[in-house]
Amino acid sequence: MKSRFFPLLMTFVVFILLYLFAYSQYSSFGSMRVVCNLLRNYAYLGIPAVGVTFVILSGGIDLSPGSVIAFTGVFCALMIERQGMHPLVAFAAILAIATVFGSMIGVLIYYFKIPSFIATLSGMFLARGGAYVLTTDSISIRHPFYVDISNIVYVFPDGGRFTFAAGAFVVVVLIGIFLAHYTHFGRNVYAIGGNETGAAMLGVPVARTIIGIYALSSFLSAFAGIILSLSKRSGDSTIALGAEMDVIAAVVIGGTLLTGGVGYVVGTFIGVLLPGVIHTYLTLDGSLTPWWIKIIVGALFLGFILMQKLLSSRADFARPLRSLRRAEEQQQPV
Amino acid sequence: MSEQLIPRLRNRVVDPRPGRGVWHSHRAVWTVLALLLILIANRLISANFFSITMVNGRLIGSLITILDGSAPIMLLSIGMTLVIATKGVDLSVGAVMAICASAAVVMVNRYEAGATEFYYTPGVIILLAVGLGALCGLWNGILVAVINIQPIIATLILMISGRGIAQMITSGQSPTFTNDTLAFIGRGVLFGLPFPIYLYLAVLIVVFLLVRRTALGLLIESVGVNARASYYAGINAALVKILVYMVSGMCAALAGLVIAGEVKSADPHKNGEFAELDAILAVVIGGTSLSGGRFSLVLSALGVLIIQSLLTGLYVSKLHPTANLVVKAIVVLLVLLLQSDEFRNRLTRLVRRSS
Repeated sequence: MKSRFFPLLMTFVVFILLYLFAYSQYSSFGSMRVVCNLLRNYAYLGIPAVGVTFVILSGGIDLSPGSVIAFTGVFCALMIERQGMHPLVAFAAILAIATVFGSMIGVLIYYFKIPSFIATLSGMFLARGGAYVLTTDSISIRHPFYVDISNIVYVFPDGGRFTFAAGAFVVVVLIGIFLAHYTHFGRNVYAIGGNETGAAMLGVPVARTIIGIYALSSFLSAFAGIILSLSKRSGDSTIALGAEMDVIAAVVIGGTLLTGGVGYVVGTFIGVLLPGVIHTYLTLDGSLTPWWIKIIVGALFLGFILMQKLLSSRADFARPLRSLRRAEEQQQPV
Repeated sequence: MSEQLIPRLRNRVVDPRPGRGVWHSHRAVWTVLALLLILIANRLISANFFSITMVNGRLIGSLITILDGSAPIMLLSIGMTLVIATKGVDLSVGAVMAICASAAVVMVNRYEAGATEFYYTPGVIILLAVGLGALCGLWNGILVAVINIQPIIATLILMISGRGIAQMITSGQSPTFTNDTLAFIGRGVLFGLPFPIYLYLAVLIVVFLLVRRTALGLLIESVGVNARASYYAGINAALVKILVYMVSGMCAALAGLVIAGEVKSADPHKNGEFAELDAILAVVIGGTSLSGGRFSLVLSALGVLIIQSLLTGLYVSKLHPTANLVVKAIVVLLVLLLQSDEFRNRLTRLVRRSS
């Protein structure tokens, strides 16, 4: 029990401590404005992070989210502005394209035994390259539907604006939690991540699940691309460069182990918001140069990993060795 | 531990089953075949692709461009091959390139401004930069081997903060320099050929001899296949891992210097941007499995040449540059599928069934 929940618990504790510290320095952290802005600004990372959580739970990795986000933005902008498509039709089309794209990556990984790192890296090049081929210009979207969507907002008494993007982020996280813990699919993902061969022997549909995982991840990345396109009201092929590393870092901070089989979607939610709180704090502080922010984010990331290492023993390599050695010693006649 | 290894073993590229007919062949065949196909395609695109001419005492031609342009990734792939052979991966090489290049250029600027201390002489600066790379590698190695952090995560830390460190070194600027010694590493010409070619050949030969003429290569492969069994066999697995990350860091430092010398400046943002991905790709295309174990430095070098030939081919073709990344992705996928035993087996079965 302890080892399973400890990384998650640690993430929560650190998040709360950090938030309280930020609040003690800047009282605006107590307002819904900061909370809503966090949810809105990090929705485009948080939504794919939910998908990538499933990928990492299954023991794989997905490097394509950033590129899929960029491709989605450019695709939507072109379809709406140049082809005169209704945004909803464009959204449906890109979500379908992304799902097929993700399934194909899943096929490469499962059937052709190409490591997920390399298969999704090719996918990353393909999606980013596809965005460049479509256009290298930044296209602004002026469709009235975009204005309508940005008008969907719940305003808190203190002025915090709970926008469509923030709502979508929260809903995706909730659906992710449901999918992971209350469906066959979720159980299969955990089983494959724990032991793929064992899962296959127990009758888990490995092929279908793995293809589904990568399809889900691409689908959510495209959804995040739509959310970003709604808030930016433009399509730009260089957007979200390197976002995949932020996404992976968020999932890992959230307590999901890269070895697979251990982790929680709700941890990812916190893992996304945590760097967000740090960024907000450092921006409010204003005295730090951009390079110090990078170094501090890296150092905090390290601190997190170290804490997880100290407090959880799941992935510890030395421990089984130690217990084995102890067992050997006990067997020897005194 | 052992039950976790089984699915990984299943993913091995190595197929021990004998008698697979024409499809069962040495893995080098597919890498060499891919390179030849790309070179032939390039020749079809551009008629004088293979021609090499002598202009002002230096050789000029597309093939020379390929060899010269592949220098940074070639250097990275040498260290990366060893890291991947121990079942690791080094995502930080791009950031390490930026750190070392920035440090070297900042120091050369001091030298140009008249600093007379011995450590500000260009030759020593280059050694210090390589030493800094080794230090970065030591950091990665300790995180991976001593603290037991998964390599992707351990090296991601330096990847994230490394760019910040490089910016800190240059105070957020992109300093330029004029010093000829440092520039020579990136743009020098020796006996008609660009200097970077000699540099990576020398590193390749030294590392090759180190791993193949001593037991080191065997130890690396053994740690990559089964770190625990190696530990029981008396191998200091931690030391081997730290060593390969240090080699990777030093290779990254040299790659950073090559790029800095080429453009005569240190750009903490652009130097080595996404280089780690190309290096990993080259190693995998070369046929070294990401699940660790046996490796080949020469095949990794061929992997780099595949990527670089493709890139050069795209430049000489009349194709619009925006399509480069898509073509690269498709060709890389084809090469990977060509090498995948599973893919070839399925293909044969399909052909047999239809005939």
